[in-house]
Amino acid sequence: MAGTQFRGSEIKDVDQFLKDAEGLETDREKEIGQHIGYRYDVNLVPDYDRITPFLTKYMEIMGWDDLNWLEDIHMGYEEGMPAVFDRNINGWVRIPDSIKLPDNQQDRDMIARELLLKFQMSDRHPLVSLRKAYKKF
Amino acid sequence: MAGVSDADLKKMTQDERVKALGMTTEQLTGKSLYIEFDPDAHERFTYPWAPEVDYNKRTELDTDDLTTTEVNARIRELMNEGYGTIVLKNPRGKHSIGVGILSRLNLIIEGSTGYFGVGLIDGPNVRINGRVGWSCAENMMSGTVVVEKNAGSTFGAAIRGGDLVCRGSVGSRTGIDMKGGTIIVGGDTGALSGFMMQRGRLVVCGNAGKNLGDSMYDGTIYVGGEIKSLGVDAVKAELTDADRKWLTRKLTQYGLMPKKGVDHFTKIVAGKQLWNYDNLEPHEKKLIL
Repeated sequence: MAGTQFRGSEIKDVDQFLKDAEGLETDREKEIGQHIGYRYDVNLVPDYDRITPFLTKYMEIMGWDDLNWLEDIHMGYEEGMPAVFDRNINGWVRIPDSIKLPDNQQDRDMIARELLLKFQMSDRHPLVSLRKAYKKF
Repeated sequence: MAGVSDADLKKMTQDERVKALGMTTEQLTGKSLYIEFDPDAHERFTYPWAPEVDYNKRTELDTDDLTTTEVNARIRELMNEGYGTIVLKNPRGKHSIGVGILSRLNLIIEGSTGYFGVGLIDGPNVRINGRVGWSCAENMMSGTVVVEKNAGSTFGAAIRGGDLVCRGSVGSRTGIDMKGGTIIVGGDTGALSGFMMQRGRLVVCGNAGKNLGDSMYDGTIYVGGEIKSLGVDAVKAELTDADRKWLTRKLTQYGLMPKKGVDHFTKIVAGKQLWNYDNLEPHEKKLIL
């Protein structure tokens, strides 16, 4: 984690927030009863050796040399469940139990990017209804 | 919801549409929406409403006698006709040009733009062969924007994703309130750059003005030249191998890699002494109650 005076729980283990859903490690967190900071390393840079074929195709279609906005997407953990934060709905979307999690954060992040992208581009995304309700005809 | 057609929706008022789509019955208690991914979701790379465009289908639009509204409407029409590369001629500093493009597109602007150019975009690749006014690409979600000359203040304000590049120098408050993505400045940046930054990366190849990174919450700033002064809670951090690798890749990508490499860059991060919002909440709640 970047920074020199990080005041929340430090991420030491890839399964840290699965094993301990509360994640209250520091005295300050225990006092206020909530975890401080992200439940993933916000500054983790993607390892392009681990990119999936789907994401490679996405880069090609968009005409980008890298993952662009998806570089900021990580698999996070909320209430002891793996999930991805979707900025378009300002909420977490959960990873189904049927998906086996790899043993490292880089591969998990690639899965998170792929699932989020498919969800955002699908007809079941809440933006589709929102657009229908509020668009100008 | 599925039974309501667009024709039916068109006849309704906005309130009626919202109710017909079942949106007012949603329970929004708690912080999670409890939506789960569908592991069998179809492969799709653009939003459902995005027009099918072909990058090889190119057209030019002379904007000289058009208003900004007319230019932006014409860009949408051309995208609906399948044009994937649009060249705007004679923008003559128009404000708010090329805003709200939520799809893949190659947009080339031959000239300079005014305030809030290409703001609120999500996906396009934009090249501006000129200068840009204040708040270029504000609230950008994804895509790439490359400005060939200089930029005004609040360059990339509240950007959330994508790459925003200025080959020249920029004004003050670059990347103010940025929440993700990457901003690269080939030259110098003014005062209060990275102000209230929350995520993302700001790279300045030249010098940075006063109060760099003031009140930044998270994210990283890299500066190749001199820093006039650091803002509140902005602190220097060690440049790691991961930083060097990332800087080299990004700067090479946009042809801005310094001849002397990236070892001379200074890395700035948040000291995180201002992470006190949670402490204020109980007092605020008491005041409200």
